[in-house]
Amino acid sequence: MSVNLASFFYLISGILFILALRGLSHPTTSRKGNVYGMVGMGIAILTTLALAVPSAGGFGLIVLGLAIGGGIGAYIARRIAMTAMPQLVAAFHSLVGFAAVMVAAAALYAPESFGIGSPGAIHGQALVELSLGVAIGAITFTGSVIAFLKLDGRMSGKPILLPARHLVNIALGVALVVLVIALVGTESKAVFWLIVLLSLALGVLLIVPIGGADMPVVISMLNSYSGWAAAALGFTLGNLALIITGALVGSSGAILSYIMCKGMNRSFISVILGGFGGDTASASADDGVERTVKQGSADDAAYLMMNAQKVIIVPGYGMAVAQAQHALREMADRLKANGVEVKYAIHPVAGRMPGHMNVLLAEANVPYDEVFELEDINSEFAQADVAYVIGANDVTNPAARDDKSSPIYGMPILEVDKARTCLFVKRSLGSGYAGIDNTLFYKDGTMMLLGDAKKMTEDIVKAFDH
Amino acid sequence: MDALQKALDQLDQASAAVRLAIQDLANGNGATEAAGNAAHALSGGAIDPFVFRLAIFVLAIFVGYYVVWSVTPALHTPLMAVTNAISSVIVVGALLAVGISATGAATGFGFIALTLASVNIFGGFLVTQRMLAMYKKKDK
Repeated sequence: MSVNLASFFYLISGILFILALRGLSHPTTSRKGNVYGMVGMGIAILTTLALAVPSAGGFGLIVLGLAIGGGIGAYIARRIAMTAMPQLVAAFHSLVGFAAVMVAAAALYAPESFGIGSPGAIHGQALVELSLGVAIGAITFTGSVIAFLKLDGRMSGKPILLPARHLVNIALGVALVVLVIALVGTESKAVFWLIVLLSLALGVLLIVPIGGADMPVVISMLNSYSGWAAAALGFTLGNLALIITGALVGSSGAILSYIMCKGMNRSFISVILGGFGGDTASASADDGVERTVKQGSADDAAYLMMNAQKVIIVPGYGMAVAQAQHALREMADRLKANGVEVKYAIHPVAGRMPGHMNVLLAEANVPYDEVFELEDINSEFAQADVAYVIGANDVTNPAARDDKSSPIYGMPILEVDKARTCLFVKRSLGSGYAGIDNTLFYKDGTMMLLGDAKKMTEDIVKAFDH
Repeated sequence: MDALQKALDQLDQASAAVRLAIQDLANGNGATEAAGNAAHALSGGAIDPFVFRLAIFVLAIFVGYYVVWSVTPALHTPLMAVTNAISSVIVVGALLAVGISATGAATGFGFIALTLASVNIFGGFLVTQRMLAMYKKKDK
């Protein structure tokens, strides 16, 4: 196959990837979009094999690699629990990052098979692109590994603040630039591996100080990085599919990071600098006023909801932890059978990754047209009889709207306090992820349902029968 | 009578202006052509392929920007999973390394990259498919 024809096919596969993302604008078109993505990937792989026909041994290795990787991938995809999706995506990002490092290494060791020169005489421009790709790839790799460990609970969500970390990061960044210049000058393999090493360290240092509450931003950001790494290598290889995909993924991750930052009313820079959230001690000022909390039982909650006309359910990360989505759907079904209008309200940063709650509700067979975004439903709380908050906390805190001294002031919230009664399911009266006391607990219209989210919801369903 | 004279004068001036403009345009055309020729000569009759790649890259960022903003927030998790899967198109680099490279080291690196990228390709697309299959409308 000629290079020109191959470029044409790579362009087609790039367009199919664009259509794959376009399909996600609506659930009904999304499934077709995913198929476009698969076809695009197939075209890219077949084109490469036709362009550079591998030797018999090489072909065997390719089949072997595809079989091993594909088998593992398919197994994971089938088995993974929907609640573990953030960890899975972080783990997948780390693989893209590491693959980028390996491809760059291969290009350096065998430049002639990539058409970027011969050993000892690689084009300077290709070396710059290659080192950019390898640096971003390595940062993505270790950064995603740390994000994975934090999301999977194998590492505390608490931010780890090393002394002089900004200085160290800047020093590492400067050192990387110097090394890239050295690599272009000398094409030394030692310098290349030094770049890899420093970037791996930088990846760890960048993500370690970021607290658990900011994970939705981190995971979107790493998504973006993996795209830029792919794009940089696309330039090295002169491959259109890789360049287009890298640009798409890079901008997609950047937009998601922006949406997540806006959902928390935090600037991207302050997230990167880290130190927010985690298990920090309650930051609430004890103003000395004795504040009382109204507690209720499952029976009270069942009575209130059965006699309501409209119930809005507000799920959060706690629902995912307790795996309460199925019990929740059962409760909603019972209410609907009794003529109660049920809707779901989702805050942009509910959960640990963008759209996390929507997937969990979809898994529990909640129809997507009953699930609403913050802007679309916030005005409806005033007409709702009951707001059922399950596993969400900071995103309902009225302090973000009313108290200018609150650290989360300005963050958009779901106005559950406007509902006639707010049922708040919570394990204990502790503060949320941001370490801020929720003033909602002390309002007259709030009834606290203390207990495990899943058990409480199941108890309410049982109480419907009484 | 006076008014007619005035109008004729103005017409005269206008046509003179048009003539000048046409002359300018002709000169201008010549100038741009000359500049184009000079640029063509400078670049050795061809534009560096890097420029084309950069152009495609920049345009694709814009396409990505508009396409991603149109994605419904309910599908942001599948969006991340599918972007993850398509970024594994980096596998084309791994295929080159494994298939035709001359040295053992490069083949080894390529094989690792190929295996990891295939985990991502299959895992990413299949998990996206699994998620998207769950999104259902209210049955009435």
